[in-house]
Amino acid sequence: MRRVRDWWANPWGQPRFLAFVTWGYMAWSIVPVGIAILFSFNDGRSRSVWQGFSTRWYWGDPNLSVLHDPSMRGALEQSLKLAALDMVIAVPLGVGLALGLTRWVGYGARPVNFLMLFPLVTPEIVMAVSLLLIFVTLYKIPLGTTAQVLGQVTFSISYVVVVVRSRLLSIGRQYEEAARDLGASALGALRLVLMPLLTPAIFASLMVVFALSIDDFVVTDYLSSNESTQTVPIKIYSGVRGTTTPALNALATVMVLATLASVGLAFFVYRRVNSLQRAEAGSGSALREIAALEV
Amino acid sequence: MTRRWFWPSFALPGAAWLVLLFLVPTYAVLAVAFGTVDPIFNNPVPVWNPLHWQFATMRSVLDDLRPGHVFWVVFVRTFEYVGISLAGCLAIGYPVAYYLARHARRTKALLLVLLIIPFWVSYLMRMLAWIGLLLPDGLVNKTLMDVGVLSHPYGWLDGQASSVILALIYGYVPYLILPLYASLDRIAPQVLEAGRDLGASPISTFLHVTLPLSRHGILAASVLIALPMFGDYYTNDVISGSPRTSMIGNQINLFFQGGPQRTVGAGLVIVLSLLLAVLMSYYLWVTVRASRTETIL
Repeated sequence: MRRVRDWWANPWGQPRFLAFVTWGYMAWSIVPVGIAILFSFNDGRSRSVWQGFSTRWYWGDPNLSVLHDPSMRGALEQSLKLAALDMVIAVPLGVGLALGLTRWVGYGARPVNFLMLFPLVTPEIVMAVSLLLIFVTLYKIPLGTTAQVLGQVTFSISYVVVVVRSRLLSIGRQYEEAARDLGASALGALRLVLMPLLTPAIFASLMVVFALSIDDFVVTDYLSSNESTQTVPIKIYSGVRGTTTPALNALATVMVLATLASVGLAFFVYRRVNSLQRAEAGSGSALREIAALEV
Repeated sequence: MTRRWFWPSFALPGAAWLVLLFLVPTYAVLAVAFGTVDPIFNNPVPVWNPLHWQFATMRSVLDDLRPGHVFWVVFVRTFEYVGISLAGCLAIGYPVAYYLARHARRTKALLLVLLIIPFWVSYLMRMLAWIGLLLPDGLVNKTLMDVGVLSHPYGWLDGQASSVILALIYGYVPYLILPLYASLDRIAPQVLEAGRDLGASPISTFLHVTLPLSRHGILAASVLIALPMFGDYYTNDVISGSPRTSMIGNQINLFFQGGPQRTVGAGLVIVLSLLLAVLMSYYLWVTVRASRTETIL
């Protein structure tokens, strides 16, 4: 007992209390998700009492499994479709906006910069309500996939700008100026010099937009029309308090796996691209690009 | 020479998007809150011209906001829940961020990966995980009964304020730790060594050097999670579902999901936005200032 106390109180060792809190937090944050994934393999209908292992909720059950329940499969497809459209639209818009805002010195730059920051701090319900109202009253855009994509792109753009702009600031202007001095046109310098340097940031922002889109509930729910435009988070929200089967856990698990797979893929591509331009100055890690999101 | 319109033309599509789908919609909330209701179809008719605005709806919203009335109660409850959750998040998040930035060595990479994982698991999936644990026959009740703390299952999901607050802490703490870690990581070790060399104890180095230097980080990270918490209604819906714990987000959602009272909902959105404007401007001020110093460097 005495030895344990001495070990714990040793002032020259690692701060054990902090280490304890940290590891405890990590366990607390991840173990419940692990248990939920475990229960997606439950043999019975319960989401809280273990009744043996099976894959019936993934594909075994002819009516209620993720594979065979049309509403679950539909939700999965809708989630992935929205994420793909969001990435395709928001990333180019955001990259353009970041380029414009960092290089453009003029009267217009400051208000646009200010406007760009607002979606980052507006509570989602405020954004969802305003989009719903404008679509219904003025723009007459029918609720459903189109409205959902418009909404998701609106809150995604700013994140892309933040990621790409921090990269642009760390690159500086000297490479571009060197290219211009050597005779490249403005567009040529952008295409041949700046874009390759920006590739890691573009990958990071693709990852971020994918995660934002997959995770979004409020805006997507407000702008959905009916069962056919429900996404996985909407499905979880509406099913979680009812008497649902572990198929809901299975659906959520498939989504987690899809996200991890795409993150892994993006990271792999990112590493490849980064190792190709090892010589380039100031290459940051993917983590830093994402951490740049927060202030 | 780069042409004058070259760079602005890149910003144009994105800027136009934000004007049409962020700025104009925000105005639509005003137009609806100060608009009228169609007497036959019972749906809101926005009034776009501020000179013709109707103030009846807003007045009734403000009436219900007086101390003791419906919306007052909900607003006070929202502030309580968000305040307690924020304190809880800081109590958990600050030590973790501090340990990661200062002490973790060989395990740092692993800890950072573990820290990022919740970002790749959807928020509602994480709530789903807790609901499974908190069900009457779930692991939490079972463990507590095995240990002997409870004699029969406790209804964690039957409208308990404590469950809602714990769920909010669980949901938002990762979003606090990451920026906090970034700000603590930026503090140069030389500054801390200077404090130690000048005779300060570890605790007073922490209190007089680390804490003041991380003050902006703490405030910015707190604002970053407080803002979405104020608008959160889904956590409450899935964990409690009872009007006894409903927050302002639930109230707004109620008016928008069910029927004719969207004008009242829009009025509440305006009140909420005005209250949050202080927090938002603080965050924007910090961000703009940070980006300006970066540009100078």
